[in-house]
Amino acid sequence: MSLRPLLGSDKFIVTSEVGPPKGVDMTHVLEEAKLLAPLVAGINVTDIQAAAMRIGSIATCHLIKDVGGEPVVQVVTRDRNRLALQSDLLSAWVLGIENVLCLTGDHPVLGDHKGAKPVYDLDSVQLLKVARGLNEGHDMMGNELEGKPDFCLGAVVTPGGNPVEMQVMKMEKKVEAGAEFFQTQAVYDVDAFAAFMQQASHVKVPVLAGIVLLKSAGMARYMNANVAGVQVPDPLIAEMAAAGKKDKALRAEGKKGDHQVKTSIEIAARLIRELRASCRGVHIMPLGWGHHVPALLEAAEL
Amino acid sequence: MTISELKSLEEILSYLKGQDKVFLVGCSECATVVQVGGEDQTKEMAEKLEQEGKTITGTLIGDPGCHLLHLKRQFREHRNEIEAADALLIMSCGTGTQTAAQATDKPVYAATNTLFLGCVERFGQFREFCSACGSCTLELTGNICSVTRCSKGLQNGPCGGTTPDGKCEVDPEVDCGWLLIYNKLKERNALDLLRPYVPPKEAQVHPGQHSVVRERGES
Repeated sequence: MSLRPLLGSDKFIVTSEVGPPKGVDMTHVLEEAKLLAPLVAGINVTDIQAAAMRIGSIATCHLIKDVGGEPVVQVVTRDRNRLALQSDLLSAWVLGIENVLCLTGDHPVLGDHKGAKPVYDLDSVQLLKVARGLNEGHDMMGNELEGKPDFCLGAVVTPGGNPVEMQVMKMEKKVEAGAEFFQTQAVYDVDAFAAFMQQASHVKVPVLAGIVLLKSAGMARYMNANVAGVQVPDPLIAEMAAAGKKDKALRAEGKKGDHQVKTSIEIAARLIRELRASCRGVHIMPLGWGHHVPALLEAAEL
Repeated sequence: MTISELKSLEEILSYLKGQDKVFLVGCSECATVVQVGGEDQTKEMAEKLEQEGKTITGTLIGDPGCHLLHLKRQFREHRNEIEAADALLIMSCGTGTQTAAQATDKPVYAATNTLFLGCVERFGQFREFCSACGSCTLELTGNICSVTRCSKGLQNGPCGGTTPDGKCEVDPEVDCGWLLIYNKLKERNALDLLRPYVPPKEAQVHPGQHSVVRERGES
C-alpha cells in the first residue's frame, strides 16, 4: 500500500532503509527487510548508494514486497538519462512499487567506479516533475501513456545544508514539482532541526527527520569531518566515547561489551522522542544495524 | 581558450614507433598561452625527440592551428619539410590535431590531451567556466554557470553536499558552484531569480558534429 494515506493521517510516521548487496546473495537484505516490515510504514531501498556498484533498487524493492515490506524505491539521476529514468519508473510500478524517493545521488567520484560518467540528465526537482507527469498519464514530452502509475513521491532535504535558505528554496520547488513527503539527512541537533523546521514551516508536506544510528565516537567524528550537512554535537560524541571505553575494558578482560550499542540506541531514541514535537515522523537509516531497530523503536516509545 | 596538457614523452614515443622523421606543429593562440605548443614548447619537444633518436624535419606554429585555410597555406610554405617527414606531431588541442589531419595526408598524432574551455585567471592558471552546453542560462545564475561550476550540473539549486567552508563534497579544493551563485544573487538582492522551476536542458544533437555556417556579411 502506498504511503499516501498515512501521510494524510495524523499518525507519527516511521520509515527505515536497507542497502542492497554487492552481488546476488539477497539473504541478509531480505532478512533485514522481513524484520523491519511489521515495524515501519516504509522501507527505503537505496539506489547504488555512495556510488558503489551493487544490485539495483527496483529488483530489491520487488523482493521486499514479497516478504511483506512496503518498499520506497530510491531513484537517483546520476546513472540514467531521462529515457531510462522514465522507463525504470514504469517498470517499478508494474512490479508493485508505489513509493518513489527522487534524488540526485552521490557523485561517482565518491564511489568505487570513480571514472564512471556522471549522467545527471535531470536533477531531483526535474525528476519529481517527470514522475508526477507519469502519474498524470504522460511522459515528459507529453506523449500519452497506456495505463498510468500512481506513485507517492518523496524527496530529500539537508536541514544542516549550507546555506539553509537554498535548501528551503529547493524544498519549495520540490513540493511544487510533486513531492508529497520529505526524508532528511541525519539529524543530531534537535534545536537546530526545530529552527530549520520553523524556517520551512510554509512547506506543507510531511517531513520525516533522518535518524542515523551512531556506531562509535569515531563514526561520529568521521561524519563531522566528511559528510556535508551532518554535525554530531560534542556531548553525543562524548557519550559514545565513554561507552566505547567501557566496551574496550570488557574486551581486555575477554568479555563482550554492548555499551556502544545500548548508548547508540539511547541517543537515537532520545532524539526521536525530542523530534516528535517538530516533525511528522522519522526515517531511520540503520546502516547495517537493522537488527537493532526493534529495540530502538521500543526505547523511543513508538 | 582551449586548455590542454602535454602527453608524456613515453606516450608520444609509442605513437611514433618506426616513424623517425617528425614535423612539429604548434599553435599561436591557445596552445601558446597554455604553454603546450608555443615556440618554447615546440623547441623543447624537438630537443627531446632528437635525444630519442628522431629527426625533426621542421617546425611551424599554426596561426592559429584550428584555422584550416591558414594551416593549409602554412603547410604549403613548409611543403618540403613535411614531405620529408614520416609523421606530424601536433602540439595544440584536439581541434588543432584534426584540423592538421585535414590539411595533410601524412600520419598526424596529438601530443596533447584537451581538457576544457577555460579562462586565463593569471599567467599559467586556467579555470573552466563554460561547458558549451548550447543553451545558456547565465542570466538566472548571476553569471556563474551551474552546469559547469556545480559538480553535478544541477539546475534547480544545490544538493546537500556543500561543506561548512563552502566547498563541494566531491573535491575539497573546489568551491560549491551553487554557494557562489547564492552569494552573488544575494548580494544583488536577486535570489528570486532562483525560485522558478528550470526545465531540463536539451542535449545537443550529434555532439561532436556541430557546425555553424554564417553567410558572408552576416553580422
